[in-house]
Amino acid sequence: MDRSKDDKFLRLIHLDLTLLLGLLAISSMGLVVLYSAGQRDLDLVTGQAIRLGLGFAIMLVLAQAPPHYFRFWSPWIYLVGILLLLAVMAAGDISKGARRWLDLGVLRFQPSEIMKLAVPMMMSWYFAEKPLPPRLPHLLGGVLITAVPFLLIAKQPDLGTALVVGCAGAFVLFLAGLSWTILFGLAATLSAAVPLFWTFGMHDYQRQRVLTFLDPERDPLGTGYHIIQSKIAIGSGGVYGKGWLNGTQSHLDFLPEGSTDFIFAAFSEEFGLVGGCLLLTLYSFVIARCLYMATHTPDTYTRLLAGSLTLIFFIYAFVNSGMVSGLLPVVGLPLPLFSYGGTSLVTIMAGFGILMSVYSHRRTPTR
Amino acid sequence: MKTWQSFAQPTTGEPLAREKDNTAESELFFRRALVMLFAVFLGFLAVAGRLVYLQVLNHERFITLSESNRVRVQPLPPTRGFIFDRNGVLLADNLASYHLEITREQVKDLDATLAELRQRIELSDADIERYRKLARRAPPYTGVPLRFRLSDEEIARLAVDLYRLPGVDIKADLTRRYPLGPLAVHAIGYVGRIDESELRRLDPGQYSGSTHIGKTGVERSYEDLLRGSTGWQQVETNAEGRPLRVLSRTPPVPGQHLYLSIDVRLQAVAEKALEDYNGAIVALDPRNGEVLALASQPTYDPNPFVNGIDFASYRLLNTSRDRPLLNRALRGIYPPGSTIKPLMALAGLEYGEINRYSGVFCPGFYRLPGSSHKFRDWRRGGHGSVDMDRAIAQSCDVYFYNLAFNLGIDRIHAFLDRFHLGRPTGVDLPGEKSALLPSQEWKRRVHKHAWFAGDTISAGIGQGYFLTTPLQLAHATAVISQRGADFKPRILLATEDPGTRIKAPEAPRPLPPVTLKNPLFWNTVIAGMIHVVEGGTAHRIGIGAKYRIAGKTGTAQVFTVGQNERYNASRLARHLLDHALFVAFAPVDDPRIAVAVIAEHGGGGSKTAAPMARKVMDAYLLDKYDRPATDGARDTQGETQRDGSE
Repeated sequence: MDRSKDDKFLRLIHLDLTLLLGLLAISSMGLVVLYSAGQRDLDLVTGQAIRLGLGFAIMLVLAQAPPHYFRFWSPWIYLVGILLLLAVMAAGDISKGARRWLDLGVLRFQPSEIMKLAVPMMMSWYFAEKPLPPRLPHLLGGVLITAVPFLLIAKQPDLGTALVVGCAGAFVLFLAGLSWTILFGLAATLSAAVPLFWTFGMHDYQRQRVLTFLDPERDPLGTGYHIIQSKIAIGSGGVYGKGWLNGTQSHLDFLPEGSTDFIFAAFSEEFGLVGGCLLLTLYSFVIARCLYMATHTPDTYTRLLAGSLTLIFFIYAFVNSGMVSGLLPVVGLPLPLFSYGGTSLVTIMAGFGILMSVYSHRRTPTR
Repeated sequence: MKTWQSFAQPTTGEPLAREKDNTAESELFFRRALVMLFAVFLGFLAVAGRLVYLQVLNHERFITLSESNRVRVQPLPPTRGFIFDRNGVLLADNLASYHLEITREQVKDLDATLAELRQRIELSDADIERYRKLARRAPPYTGVPLRFRLSDEEIARLAVDLYRLPGVDIKADLTRRYPLGPLAVHAIGYVGRIDESELRRLDPGQYSGSTHIGKTGVERSYEDLLRGSTGWQQVETNAEGRPLRVLSRTPPVPGQHLYLSIDVRLQAVAEKALEDYNGAIVALDPRNGEVLALASQPTYDPNPFVNGIDFASYRLLNTSRDRPLLNRALRGIYPPGSTIKPLMALAGLEYGEINRYSGVFCPGFYRLPGSSHKFRDWRRGGHGSVDMDRAIAQSCDVYFYNLAFNLGIDRIHAFLDRFHLGRPTGVDLPGEKSALLPSQEWKRRVHKHAWFAGDTISAGIGQGYFLTTPLQLAHATAVISQRGADFKPRILLATEDPGTRIKAPEAPRPLPPVTLKNPLFWNTVIAGMIHVVEGGTAHRIGIGAKYRIAGKTGTAQVFTVGQNERYNASRLARHLLDHALFVAFAPVDDPRIAVAVIAEHGGGGSKTAAPMARKVMDAYLLDKYDRPATDGARDTQGETQRDGSE
């Protein structure tokens, strides 16, 4: 094969050039946007660059580990994660009204973050041992594996993370070959149950709450304010945008959280439809490459794991851009590699590290 | 195929499930992944469609909305409260000043605008240079100051043409002013611009719109009272962001005026009494802990600090050997020297080691049993036979060497600790030092050494490791004067609501009193202290006093004299001279003032420090001030707000 020297080196350190370029393109674009969205605060950009560097370092380290390590540790990580979630329930710190943090004296962290990796790992581990497509008892086992952390996290409450964890489990089920019959059956049951539940199973105030959740503009001074301003930012950007550093919505402080959860709006205001589509294309490119890598890994465990990690990344990008543009309800998920902040960035980059590992170790026997 | 199949062995060691077929599963996965890829594209397509809907189809609507997004919330910073002394003399107020601001984004041609401004007001190149530097770092759409301290005439000239200059604004702000300059600066402190570390710590809501914060002194310790709380207003602006009208308003709550217990007349006397010595004088009212004067020499003018002192001046202040920025009254640490002897005598009585008649023969030196090292007395020939009264009055070292040895460091520590030596008194000023009351435990922890008997001997005359602050000495003296009743020193006398002008006096803060086995012990020691002034080491300040003083001189060694040398003041450089100390209270029958004086390198307490204390006590007790009592006192009628606009 005709490979350049660089490519050989990247293979030696277990990195995939195509994916790496895609990730670098998105994150460098993110830094440029952050400079403007963060009111030209260079410290903010530097901080984010350091976090990104740390993320890439974690990716590099994890890429070196052979896949059977992940497989061996899957159930243990999952177990520890569950125990930590229980510990949070019992003795977690409350911040912003939700009990998410565990304080270990030196370290304060969110155990729910671990579950974003632990659930796909455990699910893949579980189904790798089972004949596929899965039979009903195994299916129930899989549902249980996902449902326990999902409920524990939803109870904190942290809807965004619960959503990610739930999706991760569902993706493994789907990729493992959950039959279409069951899938459609579930969909039909749900769509039938919702109106029934709506009419008979809910109090009036609960209905109001759900309505506000689905349509924030009903509450223009609360959650609605974010979405209204965000839509104005995106819409006023037009096709070509107002230009870098020229967004009035973000710079005149109308757009709340313009450098974190709502950075997509600040971006769309300045770079317009062209910029937005470019970013979505880049995300699609990264996801397509990851799915390609997933199909080219050796066994069921690595395939399922790689596939579900990829789709988690998609969920982040889709839910965030959908929420900011008013397509989806408001769920606090960051735009991956774009939003300012570190916690979920580390998890996302760790996911890419695992992906790199399972792909690059495919032809290297480990015995 | 084979290689990766072998690799795919589960590490758990279980055999593969019977019906596992990797090829089939691989194909299944491929199909499912394809479906998901399709779903991904569909999802992003939906978002892209939404973007088209917002950015193309509804662009007109949103661009109008964005341009009419004109309601802005502006913070309204509160007016900082004033500071007065106990008689209402103004110590700190706010002066209105106007500066010119330019918002870069709203100016079409900056150079043209600057040229136009130059025709109307005086603009130096340095002003423009600074503006450009600041504007580069400022967040967009915020005004950046161009010229400070506009005169009334300049304001008038600018105001006429302001409408033709978009992005140019005249802004009013209040600058803190300290009319008395350096007087009492160590008590009042100053405000300065909020720096970055403070920015991280502060509540962003409360401090939005505020540029200054109390940095030291009362300005810092009562920041919350002085500050008030920030208000808000919603304003409608035009497309350039210039406010047109106010929609709603939550007014700010102005800060409280503070009345300090300091009497600036006494403060001036104390600062003058220190002459050219570096040092400190603390005067307390022993009956309630009020700080009457808190002098720390040298002083400095706080006014330049308010808007950022220039680098050269700051370096001069900061690197000066005299360290004017150091608040010696509560951060200067000095060996207490012989001023500790009254407390040592009390400890001896309390623990029953001596009674007032016990005599010790002083040959001029003291030797520990079985040691040849001589601890010398300050009087070379010795004091002969001394009892407690004479030992205090003549400051006999040997008497207290012997007493310290008999007490032992543990009991000395336990007793002196009750007088807040070696720990903060809890005064309401920031940065108070603990200083050091040595103990066996402390020496083991810090010096990794056992405590020696010799250490106890030094501690007995306030030397060795022993360190105190002037405030601690004044406080301990106040406790003696009250025969055990203890009040936390405090500088805040009252607060005043600037709107209603209702004064709320602060209550004294009593501490648990020091109670002795026999209350007559106080009398014994106080008698000794009276004899310090009446015929003792400080007899010179007793001459002609119209009230009776109880005091104690002290001399703290800076320079260790060799075992076989003599201390000769005339041959030592000034910076090697001993520190002079004096503590006193008066009048002895009804003590109304307790004073501690430290004059660095003042030589001896009796010669240098004691006369300083006398000056302060004279002024306070006999009402002898340089200026008439009403001078500068605040006219409290008919004056509502003093913003300095007069």
